[in-house]
Amino acid sequence: MATVADPSMTTTVKTHAVRPLPAQPAAAAAQPAPTLPDEEIVLEVCDFNLWYGAAQALFDINITFPKGKVTALIGPSGCGKSTLIRCINRLNDLVDNVRITGDMRLNGESIYHRDVDVIDLRKRTGMVFQKTNPFPMSIYENVIYPLRIDGENRKSVLDETVERSLRRAALWDEVKDRLDESALQMSGGQQQRLCIARAIAVEPEVLLMDEPCSALDPIATGKVEELIYQLRGHYSVIIVTHNMQQAARVSDYTAFFYLGKLIEYDKTDKMFTNPTKKQTEDYVTGRFG
Amino acid sequence: MERHFDQELNTLKNELLRMASLTERSLTEAMKALVQRDDTLARRVDDYDNDLDQLQIEIDDRCIKLFALRQPAASDLRFVAMSMKICTDLERIGDQAVNIAHRAIELNKEPLLKPLVDIPRMAEHARGMIHDALDAFVYAKPELAREVIARDDRIDLLNQQLHRELTSFMVEDPATITRALNLMSVAHNLERIGDHATNIAEEIVYLYEARDICHQHNAA
Repeated sequence: MATVADPSMTTTVKTHAVRPLPAQPAAAAAQPAPTLPDEEIVLEVCDFNLWYGAAQALFDINITFPKGKVTALIGPSGCGKSTLIRCINRLNDLVDNVRITGDMRLNGESIYHRDVDVIDLRKRTGMVFQKTNPFPMSIYENVIYPLRIDGENRKSVLDETVERSLRRAALWDEVKDRLDESALQMSGGQQQRLCIARAIAVEPEVLLMDEPCSALDPIATGKVEELIYQLRGHYSVIIVTHNMQQAARVSDYTAFFYLGKLIEYDKTDKMFTNPTKKQTEDYVTGRFG
Repeated sequence: MERHFDQELNTLKNELLRMASLTERSLTEAMKALVQRDDTLARRVDDYDNDLDQLQIEIDDRCIKLFALRQPAASDLRFVAMSMKICTDLERIGDQAVNIAHRAIELNKEPLLKPLVDIPRMAEHARGMIHDALDAFVYAKPELAREVIARDDRIDLLNQQLHRELTSFMVEDPATITRALNLMSVAHNLERIGDHATNIAEEIVYLYEARDICHQHNAA
């Protein structure tokens, strides 16, 4: 996965190192995970801490993500939202000098237990990145790539997966007559929806999206947002976005992070109409960040 | 591209229309209670008003969430903003209907002061204004909304005429004062309903033409 070497990681460390901690209790105790009474839980993050070298980037994170819903992680640069989402499929294992305490549980199973097969974990957690990354092959082969590497070669299974995934990615009608063409010829927005189709081809338990629209124009962004909205129910989506309005538009729940801490987590309509914490209020109203 | 936002706007529109039809019902029943001298009908208007109050709360909440979560622009923005105003006017009309029903209960305690002619006529004008304003909303016809605005003068004229007539009753015979004042109050409430219907019509012109014609009726 070439996309792991992401400059945002270094930004996270650097920003954190130079920023003071205004309006934060000096020794913030680990907050209990906010409860989601009406939801089935797909992913739990338990007492999670992360250090890049000596700099701590995540502090005592406790959060649960609901199944079949869209959860947005928001906060200013360096708040730890990308770091957290990259811990869910253990992409941070590939970064030097990272130290972690705590655990995450995907459908009840530990992510950080030493017996966990990381490749298997990454199949269970689809990921879509900021920069579209279609493979230099046909549209068809892109979608079924995860099945191919699992040794699936039955044409009926592959055909069915391609159609189902592309339909759910709202791309089928645009590409059904040119599945054999190179994916690299598609527009940026189409490429991103193709990456989403590829990510959902293996029915992941959770779909991670790290700034999926920040390289797209407004029209393509609108289409991807509409798609994310439609994915709810079928998939559990966790999306990192620095675009607050996007979080408001696409998500059911929103978590606000600041300086490596989870400040507030609630239903999106509550977060954007009447947040409980002043820091959240200041951020969603654009007073800082 | 179909947006899920369109479905949300449609739901909002349907709720407003439901509220409008409940408002019309309140007015119709309040007038029936007055004309047929029926206290039971009059008391029912109170129940209708609870439904209207509840709907106003729901519609306001829906609009606030749409502002916060969808950041509506252009015609969508005008639609959500005007929905909040229309729903306030509808709720006020519901309150005026309750006032009329309460006056009816008072009036039913004594014999009729005079046959009711102008008041039912005012009510019919007011009901027609509400109905047509909502038609203008549903069928996107700002020209119909402008026509509604022009019709408010008829209600005002009837109200003034009634005022003169009831004043002369009171001058001639102080025993009529209570009934005359109650009838004046009914007329006044109907006159206010006409004003709210006018507001709704102005809001609909703004919704479809993005022109604010409040307080400048000669421009309508």
